[in-house]
Amino acid sequence: MIKRLTAHIGEFKKDTVLAPVSVIFEVILEVLLPVLMASVIDRGVEAGNMNYVIRMGVVMLAVAMLSLLAGTMSGVFAARAAMGFGRNLRKAMYDNIQDFAFCNIDHFSTAGLVTRMTTDVTNVQNAFQMIIRMFVRAPIMMVSALFMCVTISPRLSLIFLAALIFLGCVLAFIITRAFSIFDEMFKGYDRLNASVQENLTGIRVVKAYVREAYEQKKFRGATGNLKDLSVHAERLVVMNQPVMQFTVYTCIMLVSWFGAKLIVVDGVMTTGQLMSLFTYTMQILMSLMMISMIFVMTTMARSSAERIVEVLDEKSTLTDPKHSVLEVEDGSIRFDHVNFSYSGDAEKCVLRDVNIEIRAGETIGIIGGTGSSKSTLVQLIPRLYDVLDGAVLVGGHDVREYRIETLRNAVSMVLQKNVLFSGTILENLRWGSKEATEEECRHACELAQAHEFIEKMPEGYQTYIEQGGTNVSGGQKQRLCIARALLKKPKILILDDSTSAVDTKTDSLIRKAFAEEIPDTTKLIIAQRISSVQDADRILVLDQGAVVGFGTHEELLKDNEIYRDIYELQQKGADFDE
Amino acid sequence: MSNPRTVRGPGARGSRNPGKTLRRLLFYIWKDYKLHCIAVAISIAVSSLTGVIGNLFLRSLIDDYILPFLGAKDPSFTPLLHALLVMACIYYAGTAATFLYARLMIIITQGTLKEIRDEMFTHMERLPIKYFDTHVHGDIMSCYTNDTDTLRQMISQSIPQMLSSSITIVSTFVSMLVLSVPLTVLIILMVIVMVRAVRFIGGRSGMYFLRQQKSLGALNGYIEEMMEGQKVVKVFCHEAEAKEKFDRLNEDLFDSAKNANTFANILMPVMANLGNINYVLTLAVGSLLAINGVGGLTLGALASFLQLTRSFNMPITQVSQQFNSIVMALAGAERIFDLLDEPEEVDNGYVTLVNVTEEPDGTLKESEERTGVWAWKHPHKAEGTITYKKLEGDVVLDGVDFGYTDDKIVLHDIKMYANPGEKIAFVGATGAGKTTITNLINRFYDIQDGKVRYDGININKIKKPDLRRSLGMVLQDTHLFTGTIADNIRYGKLNATDEEVVAAAKLANAHYFITRLPEGYDTMLSGDGTSLSQGERQLLAIARAAIADPPVLILDEATSSIDTRTETIVQRGMDQLMKGRTVFVIAHRLSTIKNSDVIMVLEQGRIIERGNHESLLEERGKYYQLYTGAFELS
Repeated sequence: MIKRLTAHIGEFKKDTVLAPVSVIFEVILEVLLPVLMASVIDRGVEAGNMNYVIRMGVVMLAVAMLSLLAGTMSGVFAARAAMGFGRNLRKAMYDNIQDFAFCNIDHFSTAGLVTRMTTDVTNVQNAFQMIIRMFVRAPIMMVSALFMCVTISPRLSLIFLAALIFLGCVLAFIITRAFSIFDEMFKGYDRLNASVQENLTGIRVVKAYVREAYEQKKFRGATGNLKDLSVHAERLVVMNQPVMQFTVYTCIMLVSWFGAKLIVVDGVMTTGQLMSLFTYTMQILMSLMMISMIFVMTTMARSSAERIVEVLDEKSTLTDPKHSVLEVEDGSIRFDHVNFSYSGDAEKCVLRDVNIEIRAGETIGIIGGTGSSKSTLVQLIPRLYDVLDGAVLVGGHDVREYRIETLRNAVSMVLQKNVLFSGTILENLRWGSKEATEEECRHACELAQAHEFIEKMPEGYQTYIEQGGTNVSGGQKQRLCIARALLKKPKILILDDSTSAVDTKTDSLIRKAFAEEIPDTTKLIIAQRISSVQDADRILVLDQGAVVGFGTHEELLKDNEIYRDIYELQQKGADFDE
Repeated sequence: MSNPRTVRGPGARGSRNPGKTLRRLLFYIWKDYKLHCIAVAISIAVSSLTGVIGNLFLRSLIDDYILPFLGAKDPSFTPLLHALLVMACIYYAGTAATFLYARLMIIITQGTLKEIRDEMFTHMERLPIKYFDTHVHGDIMSCYTNDTDTLRQMISQSIPQMLSSSITIVSTFVSMLVLSVPLTVLIILMVIVMVRAVRFIGGRSGMYFLRQQKSLGALNGYIEEMMEGQKVVKVFCHEAEAKEKFDRLNEDLFDSAKNANTFANILMPVMANLGNINYVLTLAVGSLLAINGVGGLTLGALASFLQLTRSFNMPITQVSQQFNSIVMALAGAERIFDLLDEPEEVDNGYVTLVNVTEEPDGTLKESEERTGVWAWKHPHKAEGTITYKKLEGDVVLDGVDFGYTDDKIVLHDIKMYANPGEKIAFVGATGAGKTTITNLINRFYDIQDGKVRYDGININKIKKPDLRRSLGMVLQDTHLFTGTIADNIRYGKLNATDEEVVAAAKLANAHYFITRLPEGYDTMLSGDGTSLSQGERQLLAIARAAIADPPVLILDEATSSIDTRTETIVQRGMDQLMKGRTVFVIAHRLSTIKNSDVIMVLEQGRIIERGNHESLLEERGKYYQLYTGAFELS
């Protein structure tokens, strides 16, 4: 997993190496300072040698300056390496997602993908920055400070060793215990947020049923639970500080006691050396503390890293053929004994032995209950999914023989769950065709019966559509999406329940315009209402993934029981919509 | 479900009035945790002073216990042992104090956070619907997530650290003065340099962090939009364009993030090494002073001084760093207080809904028990009497004008009446004002002009909870809550028995699909019940309304998003529910409209036609057009 990630460091390899190298320099210089100070005290002050003091002072100053430089450089390198790494990760994920097939997209939720590309990358890049700076710094600091201590006094170093073992054990204990509770705590957070979210979206229900007090009680339960968990977890974590203090203070006292004896009785140590030992105490124990912190940080980033790798490793299930057919000849469609299943599992087929032929320029209505796989059927035509068995032929060629772009430019599809993007109406329309003139856009809107309401808007075609198209009504959105699809000048046009929010009259006007203006385009219309499809050339009736009828309205009414059922139900309770 | 750790650009906006917000926040903490706060302050003081005393101990260690005995034949270590024992007491007292304040801080922090969360939520539930219309849900959410989070950091870390740093700085400074005046002057000079460095670097880093938040926000927004529309991107082969814009935004973010982090990264090494330089200068100058015996600086004093210099650097860096995060947190706190300061839904009603028993002579008597008969209890202040009016479901709108804002009226002069048990249908185009009228009856919004009467009482006089209890609502967008199916049905009547729940589900035609679920009524729903189909969710909403058994019902009929077969089932449920109640229905289905007692045709906020099906057809107006328009295709 780590390899998959580090592959994306890319052009920032140099920075990634230089950052820890500068850190090492900084640490070594920093560890040198206390020894130099010891010699100033011992050979300078105690000996009354002013020259020595001045000479060593200049050396120490130079060391400090160099250390400053190295520290700054490491900061600069680390920032560039980590942020660059984050940038590359985001780009790699995004690019990979753009190559996804529908099948891949279905694997992830939208919110999931957004989180992976934002929060998760932020977590990983921050952890990465920590690692290249601190992960080198702390152990090197600890080792070199310990080394200095040993050179000064091997016997006193035993104190540090004991302290290190003690502190290490306590920290390890705290961290492992705290982790499981933190996990629980995050779940508590999730529950809390879900509860707020739920109340935001369902506030009308809450108020209509006068359940404010009830919701408050529920929420108080959740916050109480979260509080208990947090207190529990943090109680452990804050032990770090007093334990650390306890260890440092104990070390200082032990070093004072034994140090004084070593100086006075044995005369094997100097006052300056004793003073430097105090500084090393801090350096050693602080590094251990830092290591434990890094450990916490990186484990937190681990799950983020896993989520990122999941996206990076997802391979598109569709590939372009090597020798492709360059043009879609006409809008004829043939399903040749097609079986299809989303999971690739032949047992769970959602389309079974579909075998139909549609001539170019025909208008085909598709009818069937929820779960009858209407949408699935049409999504095979622009090769949004690949068939399991059999073949789908467009313009006489298997769809897998075309370059995906060629095919999709010839097959225009208005999805059931359709989306407009932030930008002006004109910009949205031009998704269909980048070079479309205003005239062409207008014409497409006229066909889709959208021109009239666009003109009524204060800024007409320059009206800005908010993200998700929140400032147009459902029916308006659907008509804009149809216009956008028309601008592709497709050979095949597929409307997947795309006029459900449009009133019946406009709906029929759209179909009339299609029949008159684009007679050569094959039109497939999925609808809930029979009235939307009954004037089509032929109507396809689907039931649970199988074709159960294919013919004109009159024929089906006569022979097809399911179709007749639906028709009669709708006659009794016809819609009265606008 | 939103991720609690989503980055949404916290603190991108500075606080308007940091002083006032800080005072308010501190008062918040103080009011519940007076004793805790005092104990924490004392513990912090003890803990910080311990560190300073420890550094001063060095002087006596060297001057009193080591140097005098150098070369001595028979050195005595008893005084040192005594001194160390005293120090041990001080040190461990300091450790204990650290432990104590860390523990207490958790209680204060988590307690205050819970209090704030609860208060926010309680307040939020009391806000008028208008608030939710005009505020982005993400922004409200971020008060609970990001803003509370920065607040947690501020209370648990920044404030105590500021306090302990200040104490350390002051006491260290005093000790330094005592040890050596000339060296202290040198330190002051160095501190000025350090503070300037912090302010320069910190300022730069803060500036770039703001920029980073902005580019992050832009990139997040773009990713969100593109992921939402990913399938459309594919269908239109728009991948290249989508990549191009993403690259630009990604590059922007890289640029600002790199700068922000560079400055943040170099702050610590710069400060640490300026500290080192400070240390070196102190050592050199101090050594010279000690050699020449100027100012009576002993070797021990110099050692102490050097140690103090080290412990002086940390708090100065900390104070300057914490300052930034406090400013950020205050901006968050301000957003939280803004939410808490939003005016609540006003309710001046005094008429309440009570259970009554009907005496043989026709008078109503209030009853403590559930009798199934409800009445409005209407106290008349002037006369000091109470009258009871039986709840029947008679609703009158008279000359009602309404607009979501005063300057844009969307409903004009609405006049209508509904007798108990009648079915009133609203028909009209999207945006004609159908839903708005129903929202006025339950007072989700207040009208600008005119009167709404319920059983002859002006609804402004009725307490909102009682008013809403008497009205059932089934909305077109169904919202379900996390919990079991039974819990969701019981939402209409919290103390309903299991039998009542099943009965309501049966009435709504929901029983069949519920029993087919593996865990039946105990099936857990989460995330707004996304595991159920649209039709099933709607059936649950109907069951929820059915169990509440209100005399008046407001229904927003399902549109064509459900398939015909499911729709018939849903409709049968709705029809069952409508029996014997006054019903306001936003109708889409011909059968509902046809058998309504009154049909209101709305256009642009006005009732343009009213009557029953036959009379409206005879009128040959808009209704006729709509009706024939829908059927010219048949």
